[in-house]
Amino acid sequence: MKHTLAMLVVNQPGVMARVAGLYSRRGYNIESIAVGKTEDPKISRITLVVETENEAELEQITKQLYKLIDVIKINDITRDDAVERELALIKVNATSANRSQLLEIVDIFRAKIIDVSLDALIIEVTGTQDKVEAMIALIKPFGLKELVRTGKIAMVRSAVQS
Amino acid sequence: MKIIGAEALLESLRREGVDVIFGYPGGAVIPVYDMIYQKDFPHILTRHEQGAVHAADGYARSTGKPGVCLATSGPGATNLVTGLATAYMDSVPVIAFTGQVATSLLGKDSFQEADITGITMPITKHNYLVKKASDLPRIIKEAFHIATTGRPGPVLIDLPKDVSVDSLDYSYPKTVNLPGYKPNYEGNAKQIKAASAALAAATKPLIYAGGGVISSGAEQELIRLAEKARIPVTTTLMGLTAFPGNHPLFLGMLGMHGTAAANYAVTDCDLLLAIGARFDDRVTGDITAFAPHAQIIHMDIDPAEIGKNVRVDIPIVGDIKNILSALLTQLVPGNYEGWLQTVERWKKQYPLTYQPQEGTIMPQAVIEELCALTKGDAIICTEVGQHQMWTAQYYRFTRPRSLITSGGLGTMGFGFPAAIGAQVGNPGRLVIDLAGDGSIQMNIQELATVASYQLPVKIIILNNGYLGMVRQWQELFFEKRYSQVALANPDFTKLAEAYGIKAYTATKPEELRELLQAVLEHPGPALLNCLVHPEVNVLPMVPPNGPINRMLGVEAK
Ligand SMILES: Cc1ncc(C[n+]2csc(CCOP(=O)(O)OP(=O)(O)O)c2C)c(N)n1
Ligand SMILES: [Mg+2]
Repeated sequence: MKHTLAMLVVNQPGVMARVAGLYSRRGYNIESIAVGKTEDPKISRITLVVETENEAELEQITKQLYKLIDVIKINDITRDDAVERELALIKVNATSANRSQLLEIVDIFRAKIIDVSLDALIIEVTGTQDKVEAMIALIKPFGLKELVRTGKIAMVRSAVQS
Repeated sequence: MKIIGAEALLESLRREGVDVIFGYPGGAVIPVYDMIYQKDFPHILTRHEQGAVHAADGYARSTGKPGVCLATSGPGATNLVTGLATAYMDSVPVIAFTGQVATSLLGKDSFQEADITGITMPITKHNYLVKKASDLPRIIKEAFHIATTGRPGPVLIDLPKDVSVDSLDYSYPKTVNLPGYKPNYEGNAKQIKAASAALAAATKPLIYAGGGVISSGAEQELIRLAEKARIPVTTTLMGLTAFPGNHPLFLGMLGMHGTAAANYAVTDCDLLLAIGARFDDRVTGDITAFAPHAQIIHMDIDPAEIGKNVRVDIPIVGDIKNILSALLTQLVPGNYEGWLQTVERWKKQYPLTYQPQEGTIMPQAVIEELCALTKGDAIICTEVGQHQMWTAQYYRFTRPRSLITSGGLGTMGFGFPAAIGAQVGNPGRLVIDLAGDGSIQMNIQELATVASYQLPVKIIILNNGYLGMVRQWQELFFEKRYSQVALANPDFTKLAEAYGIKAYTATKPEELRELLQAVLEHPGPALLNCLVHPEVNVLPMVPPNGPINRMLGVEAK
């Protein structure tokens, strides 16, 4: 099953290598990894999407991650009420014949065209992984030239005040 | 106080109570060595960096204090790798300092540059590359804290050359601020209560103790628990000195070369108390058949060990000494007399045995003799192989921290330099390296170290002319195809004599005791080359991945 782990780590050189290295060394797979500073510049947030076979495996990898001195906190937010976003840049073949069709898809997904050339467009789309994947699937038949994705970032919603 | 990095390093070591460094110089650490010279800081020059790191490890294991080693950049640093992995696998507090090229040359494939923090990431508890001299006191403080607390382990500090000559305003921090490092020392009270209830309900409990008992200094608590509740005790290789080898409740080591009594007890018990042990595959054999009838209580300082290899019914995370002390205050033992009788019967029925053979020295006999002569009181270091297992089986240890052996990594060449460290840390004690003829040659250069410092380390080689443990596997599982295991050895006595070390060779059983005595009584370093029977197997043996209650070489008497 896929899990989203939100980690707080000390913002040190090498901390990404420690986290990623631990995964590969122990034979686990990372689907995506995104890292950036938090509101506290001494602390970074790593959002990991991992595929695990069972709960025991997830528990073991979480404990191993905690053993890294620079790891402060790990939350499995898979089942939490969280907002999740990913960003993708998609370069697609665009001819005068299909351009309008493409624009329609961009519109439906509330994506953006951020670069136009004679024979191609670059589209920027943000959203959940499902949305990004759906968009990519629709664009593919037009001739997908290049694709980059950021990996997922996520944030748990605050409780609603009553 | 304005001082340079190299001085800050030595000053910080002094404040950490470090009384010796094991090391080897080179370009990138010349400033540090210059300061060692100026300050006359105690230093043992080994003949190889691997010798230095194993010596620091042996010092740490035998004294309980962190061991410190120092090497230059590049090849000096990479020569530490095996030693760090050895210390990491056995949770030993070692602090390794490596020189590094100057910060301006980092990442440019400069002369003698190696990315040692990258290389050692998976084999250290933590490591540091020091970027500025002013960070050095904080980093050293953190390194000692990390290495010695929680589950201990090695920490490496990589020191670029410019950092060791730059000046800084020196002050040594009193505390550390590590938001991601908070070991849990107190066992959960509810869990301890559950353990106590499980003990009261059990009829066939067994203690399975590991190296964690020794790291925690909980040997007395372990003995009290066993005696108060009358529970039989088996230990891992790493746990051997946690419990007296001659104690009536002791069953010996368990696992691949464990005693029949220990392995039967694990298979039959209804409650297994795993105390600072980690269910290693050499212990469990076929994991699905390990302690099949038992409820499992697992006490460990490292939460990641809980549930890693086996399902655990009552996990207790914390320092073993704290957990056992708390458990002792609320202990309501059941009546295990029937179980004790069963276990006692196994002990009588299936003792460790071997067949003496006319005219040849049996390797087991050497260890029995040595145990008798030293009354189980020496610090025994071992290499890796058959001789190591025979030591574990036949030497009855009476004091904690007196078996120094590479359990987790199984590093040949460990024992001799470790003995150097143990001797430096325990000047008054008898320190012996029980070696194989193969292993001793992996760090044989350290003969020069013991000779030059006149460290009275004794080396006893069980010389079977083979990489014996590998030969044993080839005999048993590869139809005696002895591929690359026969050794053409040097004359070890002549070799030792070339270094100025007293040496003897024993060839006949009749002369064994006398020569052992001569070596043990020699005031300086000495070596005994025992020509032992070449093709003896370590028994019992659980065939790899088999259930541990099915052992080769167990015959009922
Ligand atoms: C550095 C290293 N290389 C290889 C091995 C594999 N190995 C394990 S035991 C052994 C044989 C050791 O021979 P010796 O030191 O003569 O001991 P014996 O088994 O004969 O008592 C070998 C090669 C090892 N444990 N460590
Ligand atoms: Mg041998």
